[in-house]
Amino acid sequence: MYEKISTWLDERLGLRTIYSTVLDRKVPKVNWWFTLGSASLFLFVMQAVTGIMLTIYYVPSPDHAYDSIQYIMNGVTFGWLIRGIHHWGATLMVLVVFIHMLRTFFFGSYKFPRELTWLTGVVLLLATLGMGFTGYLLPWNQKAYWATTVGTSIAGTVPFLGGFIGKVLRGGSDLSAVTLARFFSVHIWWLPVVIGGAIGVHLYMVIRLGISNIPSEEE
Amino acid sequence: MPKSHEVNRRDFVMVVTALIGSVIGAVIGLPAIGYLIAPAFQAKKSEAWIPLGPLANYPEGVPTLFSFVRSKVNGWDKTANSYGIYVIRGPGDQVKAFSNICTHLICRVTWKDEDKEFHCPCHSGVFNVDGQVVSGPPPRPMDTYQVKVENGNISIFFQGA
Repeated sequence: MYEKISTWLDERLGLRTIYSTVLDRKVPKVNWWFTLGSASLFLFVMQAVTGIMLTIYYVPSPDHAYDSIQYIMNGVTFGWLIRGIHHWGATLMVLVVFIHMLRTFFFGSYKFPRELTWLTGVVLLLATLGMGFTGYLLPWNQKAYWATTVGTSIAGTVPFLGGFIGKVLRGGSDLSAVTLARFFSVHIWWLPVVIGGAIGVHLYMVIRLGISNIPSEEE
Repeated sequence: MPKSHEVNRRDFVMVVTALIGSVIGAVIGLPAIGYLIAPAFQAKKSEAWIPLGPLANYPEGVPTLFSFVRSKVNGWDKTANSYGIYVIRGPGDQVKAFSNICTHLICRVTWKDEDKEFHCPCHSGVFNVDGQVVSGPPPRPMDTYQVKVENGNISIFFQGA
C-alpha cells in the first residue's frame, strides 16, 4: 500500500531523484566540524518559525512594542518559551555561522571550485549579523534603544558618507518610531528574503560540487 | 533485507533521527498551539450594576437609548467598548431593558418611532416593542438585562460581552 502510493507520487513528482541527489550524495570522510552548515540551516528554520510566531503578538510601535513583549512574556501561554528560543537561538546562530566560516577557512574549503559558495556564505554571515542588529532594537527597552543609538552612530563615523548612512539607518536624525518600523521591516522581510535566497544558492552549490576533503599532509 | 535480529546502522540512525525529531517537534509544537490560542481563553467577565439615571428621564412606552462605555484589557491594550441599552418604561415602575445588539450578527438596532419597531441596518431584522422578532433573519428575541429600581433610579446588571 505504502509502496503503491509512493510510486504513484514518484511517477508524477520525481521525489526519489530529489531525495537521492540531496541526501544520498557521496561525501568524503569528514568530522563533526562539517555539521555546522546543517546546524546553521536548522537554526535559521527555528528562528523563522519562532519569529513568525512572535509576530502574532508583537507590535512595532513605540507605544506598544514594550507592552506587547511584556504580554508575550507574562500573559500568553508559553510566550516566554517561544521568545526565549528566538532570543537564545539568535545568539547561537551568530556563533554557529561564525564557527562554520572558520571551519571553511582553516580547512581551505573556499578554494576552487567553491569560491562562489564562499561568497554567498559571506552574504549569509553579513545578513545574519544584520538580523542580530535589527532584532536587538525591537524590544524597545533601554538596552535596545541605546545599543541602536550607539550602533547607528558607529555607522555614522564612515568617512564622507557617514552622516548619510546614519540618517538612512535611523530614518531621520533621531531614533524614533520610523527607526523601529524600518528595523522591524528589515528584520522580518528584507533580510529573511536575502538569507532564504542565498541559502538556496549556497546549498545548490554544496550539492552540485560536493563537500571538500579534510586537507592531508601529503597535499 | 537479511533476516537478522541485529539492527543495521542505517536503520538505527533513521529511527534515532525520527525519534529526536519527534521530541523536538513536540516540545516546540505543543506549546505553540497553546501560544496561538491563549488569548481566546483570557477574556475576563466584568460584572457590574450600571446606573441608568432616574425613572423620570424615560418617557412611558417609548424605548429610549442609554449609552455607556466600559473599558476592558485585551492583551497589552485597554479597549473602550460602547454599549447601548433601550429602556422601556411600562405602566408604573415597570421597566424593561433591551440590548441594542441584534441577535443575528451583532449589528446595532435603532428604534423607529414612526413604525414602532426596532430596525437592524445590516440585514433588515425587525423587532417589536417587546423585543420579539417581527421579520428578517434574527434567530431569537432581543437580549434583555436584569433591571433594578431603587429610590426612583434605574440600574441594570451588566455581565460583559
